[in-house]
Amino acid sequence: MPDIRVHKFAGKIDAPNPFWLASGPTTNTGEQIMRAFDAGWGGVVWKTIGDPIKNASPRYSSVDLNGTRMMGLNNIELISDRSIEDNLRELGEVKKYYPYHPIIASLMVESKREAWHEIVQRTEDAGADGLELNFSCPHGMNERGMGSAVGQVPEYTEKITAWVKEKARTPVLVKLSPNVTDIRAIAAAARRGGADGLSAINTVNSIIGIDLDTLVPRPNVDGASTHGGYAGPAIKPIALNLVQQIMSDPASALPLSGMGGISSWRDAVEFILLGCSTVQVCTAAMHYGYRVVEDMAEGLENWMRTRGFATLDDFRGLSLDRVTSWNGLNLNYKVVAHIDEQKCIGCGLCQIACWDGAHQCIHSDRVTGPINGRIELHDGPPTVEFRSRTSFATTPVTRQERAAAATSHGPFPTPLAKIPRVDETECTGCNLCALVCPVDDCITTLRVTESGRPENQDQQHSVAS
Amino acid sequence: MSTTSIPDDLLLRERFTDIKPPLSPQAAVIEANRCLNCFDAPCTAACPTHIDVPGFIKRISTGNLRGSALRILDANILGSSCAKACPVEVLCEGACVMHRYNSEPIQIGRLQRYAMDSFQATGEELLTAPRGSRNVQVACIGGGPASLACAAELCRHGAHAIIIERNELPGGLNTYGIAEYKLRTSDSLREAEMIRRMGVEFRTGAAIETAEALEELESEFDFLFLGVGLGAMQRMNIPGEDQKGVLNALEFIASYKTGRLKEMSGTVVVVGAGNTAIDAASAARRLGAETVYLLYRRGEREMTAFDFEYEHAKHEGVQFLWRRQPYAIRTNERGRLLLDTVQVNEVGRSLQPVEGSENVIECDYVIPAIGQSPFAQLVQDLRRIELRNGIIVVDPETGQTGNSRYFAGGDCANGGREVVDAVADGKRAARAIMKIAEAAYA
Repeated sequence: MPDIRVHKFAGKIDAPNPFWLASGPTTNTGEQIMRAFDAGWGGVVWKTIGDPIKNASPRYSSVDLNGTRMMGLNNIELISDRSIEDNLRELGEVKKYYPYHPIIASLMVESKREAWHEIVQRTEDAGADGLELNFSCPHGMNERGMGSAVGQVPEYTEKITAWVKEKARTPVLVKLSPNVTDIRAIAAAARRGGADGLSAINTVNSIIGIDLDTLVPRPNVDGASTHGGYAGPAIKPIALNLVQQIMSDPASALPLSGMGGISSWRDAVEFILLGCSTVQVCTAAMHYGYRVVEDMAEGLENWMRTRGFATLDDFRGLSLDRVTSWNGLNLNYKVVAHIDEQKCIGCGLCQIACWDGAHQCIHSDRVTGPINGRIELHDGPPTVEFRSRTSFATTPVTRQERAAAATSHGPFPTPLAKIPRVDETECTGCNLCALVCPVDDCITTLRVTESGRPENQDQQHSVAS
Repeated sequence: MSTTSIPDDLLLRERFTDIKPPLSPQAAVIEANRCLNCFDAPCTAACPTHIDVPGFIKRISTGNLRGSALRILDANILGSSCAKACPVEVLCEGACVMHRYNSEPIQIGRLQRYAMDSFQATGEELLTAPRGSRNVQVACIGGGPASLACAAELCRHGAHAIIIERNELPGGLNTYGIAEYKLRTSDSLREAEMIRRMGVEFRTGAAIETAEALEELESEFDFLFLGVGLGAMQRMNIPGEDQKGVLNALEFIASYKTGRLKEMSGTVVVVGAGNTAIDAASAARRLGAETVYLLYRRGEREMTAFDFEYEHAKHEGVQFLWRRQPYAIRTNERGRLLLDTVQVNEVGRSLQPVEGSENVIECDYVIPAIGQSPFAQLVQDLRRIELRNGIIVVDPETGQTGNSRYFAGGDCANGGREVVDAVADGKRAARAIMKIAEAAYA
């Protein structure tokens, strides 16, 4: 049985599993957090505590993708709208019932040393297992000199982190904003300030969309909208990129709690493979409830079992050294696309993608002769479509006609004439066709063997000069 | 003339609820999003009118409903009735790649209906080229789908087209002959009205039955399009088939669709096993007949009805009697019909009665549905229009007959197919006519 417990994260924090709820609406109250622990979450970051604010309404809006809801979620909610006293009292109560589940308190107060000292003291006295400094909320709070207004300036980040460290007895995490030119500059500043760990990433600055009836961007707050924080599956690639940047930079790397669009155990594994010790989830739990953690934990365990990993440390960071600069790529490595005729359903999406979006080397006409060494001439999409749309088609009304229509043409499920084929001499191996193909494993890229020894851009350049 | 003179009959609407009900807006978008948006899509290739199916479906998913409907109408002016009446299972939906994707095919027919219903609800009219901008005059004889499509296409290209229909109402079998749970008479008439508003002139109640009448048309028009359909329903040629209670399937369907027959009871025997027989049998059930038999002289596997029609009839409660042939119709003392039938065996291609298998079915209606006769009285007398087995011989690419001024399409030229085939025929003929006319211009 693989062990998915977290040991001594940021020096001190143990947790039953790496799945934590991120600071946000799912961690707003003690009652919620106890239900979350019961559902299986391994830890929480309490909704940012500070001087209570008043929120706008509505405060969420989302991007749907072809009918799938909330591919991306945008919010303009601020930190906790409940008093510091209420939050800390509940934190202490939850801690009594759940001593082995870490509760990290997200904090945000005015950029004054005394203010930070006071909140740190009170929060730790209440029983928090760690502190997460919210230097990254990209909306509202930054207009008041807090949140990302701090996290976008290395000097502020370093200074406030240092103030907190003067007082803190528990691990201090700095939560980073993606809305910066180089996240490593901020991460390194937090490290210099003495941070024990990092959380990344907070939400991405966004205007999520505009209502075409009212012409007001969403969410519409009495005729106006504002910049929001973008989250959900859409931002995962951005988060992975920033996590990799932080963890690959010796001046920045610290124990990292990764987040940004994690909605399944697969996503979580990817963050851990780039060096994260824990992961945080918000949007997925907002969308489907705390129960999403069940499959996350089971899926992670089952994957580890299949791969033979006993602990999270066994695979943490394994993909980090698989990221190189572009110049480090072997330019003699060559693949070409291959279409499995047995699997092809004849949708033609690879063909049109190749012609319009790639290199014009997937064709529906089949050449019988030799295909090497010659430039082939093929019908382009307009010709192919014209032929179909001027063909003579009738309804098969008799049984014989229907039988004839039902007869498959050729040895494959799809009529041969509708199965595209790759001109391998022209294929650049770009991979677009495999991405657009709706059928799993129908289009694969095969390595071309006669491509010579590995050679990257720099090596080729030095040979040429 | 009016193209809309039959009021909606609420009772009829209730009895003949849509076999494929309309999609709600959200269901339409969800279904539209399932479409893979194939390139050189097989659904489009399978459609006789080659509607750009992924094109109109994509437009539904983005909320461009006007664009979606116009995309459909561009290829098929009867896109609304085809959405409902087409046997999509053997056309677009039958060709859908989803069958090979371990999934149900996209509900193309219902999506097409959604787009067309939305467009019709806006009341927007279709733009055409200015009437008579091309000095071409065409008379379309017969007011069914082939002529409607031909005339509309001509109109779009600026020609002047009229439709001559012997019935009171235009639309042909779309108006009078398609099961009400698929296509309502009012739907057909609304479509004809749309075409009238495009600038097509309708002359209804006007039969062209003599060579003189035709010659008159020849002098008035540059081209004539024959969309006259098939001839009368075939008779069973058995004693007693002319009595009350015996009515052929098309007559029966037209009767209930136009409100002349509102109710049935008792036992109904439909003779035949084509799609029209199924329509008649299912309609008899919906009109109240307690017992409906469908009698066919051959077996289940030989029936010409589409499989889904057969399934539908079974679902409606129609009972099937295979390899049984009627040989006489009598009446009993209570005035009910007695249908004498006998079991038949296939010996080679001929059918041999089985001795001692005679059986009398006591019933209230007998509805022969054994096909329309391939007969176009009108053109039989015309010189230079070749008929083969009663079907007008045309160039399939253009619909042109042996007489270069005459074109033909629909059932009279294709032997009896679907609405969508008639539309394709009419459209092709119109384009061929315009090509000739443009060439003469230049």
